[in-house]
Amino acid sequence: MFVFNSITDYHHQLKSGTTSCLQAVNHFLSRIKEKAHLNAFVEVYEKEALAKAAELDAKRNAGEPLKKLHGVVIAIKDVICYKDHSVTAASAILKGFNSLYTASALQYLLNEDAIIIGNCNCDEFAMGSTNENSSYGKVLNALDETKVPGGSSGGSAVAVQAGMCMLSLGSDTGGSVRQPADFCGIIGLKPGYGRISRYGLLAYASSFDQIGIFGTHVPDVALLLQIMSQPDKMDSTMDKTGPLPAFENPEPTPLRYCLFSQVMDHPSLDPEIRDNINALAEKLETEGNTVTRLDFEWLDYIVPAYYVLTTAEASSNLSRYDGVRYGHRSEKATEDLDAFYRNNRSEGFGMEVKRRIMLGTFVLSTGYYDAYYSKAQKIRRLLTEKITEIFEGYDAILMPTVPSTAMSIGQHDKDPVEMYLADIFTVFANLTGIPGISLPLFSHSNNMPFGLQVMTNKQEELPLLHIADRLMQQYKPVRAL
Amino acid sequence: MKRPDFYRDAFLWGWQILDAGYRSEELSELLSCKRQPVTSIQQPASAISFTFASMNNKYELVIGLEVHAQLLTASKLFCGDSTTFGAEPNTQVSPVSLAHPGTLPVMNEKVIELAVRLGLALNCTIVQDNYFARKNYFYPDLPKGYQVSQHTAPICLGGHLPIQTSEGKKNVQLNRIHMEEDAGKSLHDQDEKYTSIDLNRAGMPLLEIVTEPDLHSADEAYAYLTELRKLVRWLGVCDGNMEEGSMRCDANVSVRLKGATTLGTRVEVKNLNSIRNVKRAIEIEAERLIGIVEKGEQVIQQTRSFNADNNTTFALRSKEEADDYRYFPEPDLPPFFISDEYLQEIKAAMPALPAALQNKYISSYNLPEYDAAQLSNDKDDSDLFEAIIRHTTHYKAAANWMTVLKQYCSNAALPVSSFPLTAEKIATLINFTETGKVSFNAASTRILQELINSPEETPESIATQLNLVQESDESAIEAWVDEVIASMPDKVKEYRSGKKGLIGLFAGEVKKRSKGKADMQLTNKVLTEKLNN
Repeated sequence: MFVFNSITDYHHQLKSGTTSCLQAVNHFLSRIKEKAHLNAFVEVYEKEALAKAAELDAKRNAGEPLKKLHGVVIAIKDVICYKDHSVTAASAILKGFNSLYTASALQYLLNEDAIIIGNCNCDEFAMGSTNENSSYGKVLNALDETKVPGGSSGGSAVAVQAGMCMLSLGSDTGGSVRQPADFCGIIGLKPGYGRISRYGLLAYASSFDQIGIFGTHVPDVALLLQIMSQPDKMDSTMDKTGPLPAFENPEPTPLRYCLFSQVMDHPSLDPEIRDNINALAEKLETEGNTVTRLDFEWLDYIVPAYYVLTTAEASSNLSRYDGVRYGHRSEKATEDLDAFYRNNRSEGFGMEVKRRIMLGTFVLSTGYYDAYYSKAQKIRRLLTEKITEIFEGYDAILMPTVPSTAMSIGQHDKDPVEMYLADIFTVFANLTGIPGISLPLFSHSNNMPFGLQVMTNKQEELPLLHIADRLMQQYKPVRAL
Repeated sequence: MKRPDFYRDAFLWGWQILDAGYRSEELSELLSCKRQPVTSIQQPASAISFTFASMNNKYELVIGLEVHAQLLTASKLFCGDSTTFGAEPNTQVSPVSLAHPGTLPVMNEKVIELAVRLGLALNCTIVQDNYFARKNYFYPDLPKGYQVSQHTAPICLGGHLPIQTSEGKKNVQLNRIHMEEDAGKSLHDQDEKYTSIDLNRAGMPLLEIVTEPDLHSADEAYAYLTELRKLVRWLGVCDGNMEEGSMRCDANVSVRLKGATTLGTRVEVKNLNSIRNVKRAIEIEAERLIGIVEKGEQVIQQTRSFNADNNTTFALRSKEEADDYRYFPEPDLPPFFISDEYLQEIKAAMPALPAALQNKYISSYNLPEYDAAQLSNDKDDSDLFEAIIRHTTHYKAAANWMTVLKQYCSNAALPVSSFPLTAEKIATLINFTETGKVSFNAASTRILQELINSPEETPESIATQLNLVQESDESAIEAWVDEVIASMPDKVKEYRSGKKGLIGLFAGEVKKRSKGKADMQLTNKVLTEKLNN
């Protein structure tokens, strides 16, 4: 019986011969089959993964040194390009589309001998918070199959939650990694904007998107981040300070944490979540840290600004899906070009994607640009200034990841705005470009897990991971399945 | 860049994607649109009967030109695809050019350099804080569904270009220059039923150079384009080839009563693939617009296309249907700053401009205006001339020799920049010829070729070997002149009675008797003296 604890532990086992890559892959493949009804995977690369495992076993047995991700079994979200593999963003408009190239971040993982076991279900074009907007159908939360796993990277989260791989990649535009990590009881990291190359990540909102990592062990997540933070000339918006140095656990020093009053007192926040985080804050203080409650009067502007800007960028980013060069083309005969576009896109895109394209088109149109787009940009600038100010006095911000635990399937079918508002605590990091992580530290009386979100300043992923590691070791986290 | 609107009509013709090198079977299966004839709203300008010239005194023509210059970079604006003209369709297309999911643009820095270079040459203000915007619209040859353009914030503002017409000199005021990417090409004549699309051109770097409505005749437009083309070629910014489409021009034309202060309703004419056609189209459009105004009718603001075959323009579509392009800053490209240092670097590397050279040739080298203009017409020519005059002070002779050198290159199908002799060697030949030891004719026809064949020789040694050294001993020439005068008494009589043209005949005789070696200048002098005595 194969058990995965951490990459370090796995590599020890491989070197001592108590397990093999093949054993690991077989374990995950049978787990995937066993849990197929959760609908976490779009496609499982069974043959390839087995072949790669055998190849790595042979290399290792021949005495070759282990690369950093030797035999590490990873699943990717269906928005990351992998040469000669299908990538569809869970959308009918890309059904059957195979990528001509591999995303830079994924290539960096492959260079370190990672094994990619398959690609995961998600909300269409990463738009959604429940993984119910997928042309492949919804994903179920393995802890309670009547609950959503969160979104948009729901499949990637469940793949780790249900033990179908060691780690997985998601993408986080407004919380799409941290929120499902919260709902599934695992770790979800969104690095700062520009930390990981976006070349080969299907764009939702270019100035917000960032590849994120799901895992169960902070040093594993840190290792993947370090490898993927290598510079890439194909992405001009990358942070120029990469790659990050290796993760190591330094001596803990007292830290200055802050909480936002308006967050902790927010009417949408589940009281049990609030109480748990307050209790944790008290514990942190008794251990010599400071935890300060700050006023943050901008909270109510965050979600509207986020939706105006992301939908504006999305309306343009998704224009390429027109059925001309690739992707879905309607079978309806037409002699009119406008109708041709309308047919292809109406049939190809799902409801939520259409809603956001229309909203984005509207906020950019003549006469509305200043009222919406320009104002939202101003709010974004203000928030960025505010955050710089805050980090002058504090090391990290603590916040709930989501106001509630995982919703029931179908709960938000009627009212999309209600669902948008649930992003209130996660979109902040995307608007300001700072890194954030959700840590599975809590369990609700309704038996669902929930997380603590920690955010640090731009470029401070490493301090963030050190804090995360310490918190995970110090407080008994919720165990994944 | 404004979309050539005639493409939009072409939509109606149905269209087809040329396979981009993969999944061809699937693509061809998906081709579905059928062709439908374009509803023509053609309105031949020739139907208007009076002449432009007769109305010219009453009306003033106002013209603004938008030129798209495709830049001479090795790769596209935002990816490494080649920019070579004439490649097989869809062979210069990476996933970035094809707008495949997940691809991102990367700025080609060379484009910024060329934009700044042209901006400096045109006396523009260079904007240091720059960003790109997206111009959103759907069209099959626009792969991303948006064009990345500096439309909202151009890199160069203002500026002017001096021109000369029969009316005199003038500075044409510019509005701006901005960078943008080109779209692909829709080919409507490849298939009976479908339009084909070639994306080799998609993402090519363009500069859009926009004048103020500051031109007032077709001749001015012609002069402006000629000067602009000369300049972009000179600077190595663009090859200026309008037939291949690497330089394209749209003309905005309106008419108003002379002295009026407001502009008339303008018409945009597209599809102008030569400078001559721009001129013709403006003339035709002016005539048509004046005709409308004379009839008391309203000019409709519209886009028209020029048909060079029958010298007419026809309407494409009215501006009322104008799209909302939803411009917003391109989030995939960070804003970029042009530093003072970078500006200085480009300034320092700028070649001397044709106008400056022309002035220098006249004022410093005393060349006639015609020679100066000829020499500063083409950068290769002026480069060679400049190199030669580093080794000789016979400026006028060097200018004359340029004609010979250019003719040689033209016969040998060589660019002037590849002339097979060094400038220094050419200068020794010029200097030698100027001593009078050989005739210009002998030097330019025979010695030059020998020197090219054996560059290790000197002009002098070649002249001696070929027996081309002229006799410039006055007594020897006097002897030949005396012989000639003695042998042609009748002709001498005729000359002395006034037929001065006969001097050529005597000179020819001297040349014959001297076997071509007599210095003709000296010969003429001696002949004149003796015949007039």
